[in-house]
Amino acid sequence: MNYLIEKLSQPWPWYVAGPLIGLTIPFLLLIGNKAFGISASMRHICAACLPAKIPFFQYDWKKEVWNLFFVGGVFAGGIIAAIVLASPDPIQIDDQLRAELYGYGVTNISSLMPTELFNVNSLLTVRGFFLMIVGGFLVGFGTRYGGGCTSGHAIMGISSLQIPSIIATCCFMAGGFIMANFILPFILTL
Amino acid sequence: MSKAGSMEIKSAENTDFEVRSLDVMCVNESQLQHPWWYNFKYSVAGIFFGILLVKAEIISWYRIQEMFRLQSFHMYGVIGSAVAVGMLSIWLIKKFKIKTIYGEPIEFHSKKFSKGNVYGSLLFGFGWALTGACPGPLYAQIGSGFIVVVVTLLSAIAGTWIYGYFRERLPH
Repeated sequence: MNYLIEKLSQPWPWYVAGPLIGLTIPFLLLIGNKAFGISASMRHICAACLPAKIPFFQYDWKKEVWNLFFVGGVFAGGIIAAIVLASPDPIQIDDQLRAELYGYGVTNISSLMPTELFNVNSLLTVRGFFLMIVGGFLVGFGTRYGGGCTSGHAIMGISSLQIPSIIATCCFMAGGFIMANFILPFILTL
Repeated sequence: MSKAGSMEIKSAENTDFEVRSLDVMCVNESQLQHPWWYNFKYSVAGIFFGILLVKAEIISWYRIQEMFRLQSFHMYGVIGSAVAVGMLSIWLIKKFKIKTIYGEPIEFHSKKFSKGNVYGSLLFGFGWALTGACPGPLYAQIGSGFIVVVVTLLSAIAGTWIYGYFRERLPH
């Protein structure tokens, strides 16, 4: 048992994680005819908490409650992974990225997130405001406007050969390339 | 059910199809009625998925930066092999007309293209590179102890709400 936990605590390689994510699709279909997709959960939260007579939020969100149970599970899975399966070693990242981040004053590279960028105090800095608040807003606004996120479009959508999903995936990859290579370096100097 | 309640559901039904046709997900396939606690099976699926997101470092801001800067193969391997397995699974389900555990036929819905697929996805791409998280990892990041990401998630929910508010005025 200890040996197993020790093994599972190491970072999982892509050829283990990817196929397991792929299996989420048939799993959700088989246990209840559900199409894999996560960003819709935020729409259900809006519909449940603050529909405000907006037509987009006027639907029976209780019929979609499975999605909220699923993301609740994702949250709980995060807790379990952090407590039971915590990685003993600091994260390994690309040398070039590490060198670049050093230039922006990001030197503590050990956990999965750069805690020097993502913390409560930096929320009030211009840099933190862009990374967390503007970034979060774009994730929520963009996924709903685009009709889905990585799970719904890239994984479920492409797997079921949906042309709109292929287009959407190309577009969010393009958006990410532009941001990470051309805009983010400037934001990180702020 | 009260009269007001049934009215509400009726109006919901009127907008549902049009509203949902823009979404990849958000289609309730099953016609079966189950007690609410049956939904915990989705929580179990979510728990495995959450562990996976953390242990494969998909929730890591660094991995997302490496992906968009072409500095690592990891994320391409994850997404590529997930799609390959997903595609094969769906092909098998269709080919052998596999049913759900309750014996219902599994249905797939076609997506209609909208300009939002382009504009919205570009904006999501910006957000993904900034936060290092798509929606799934947001929940897993919070769970794995990065509490400040609650702010990012709330901001994402606000973004979803603002989209709903301005939806009619946006090009689709």
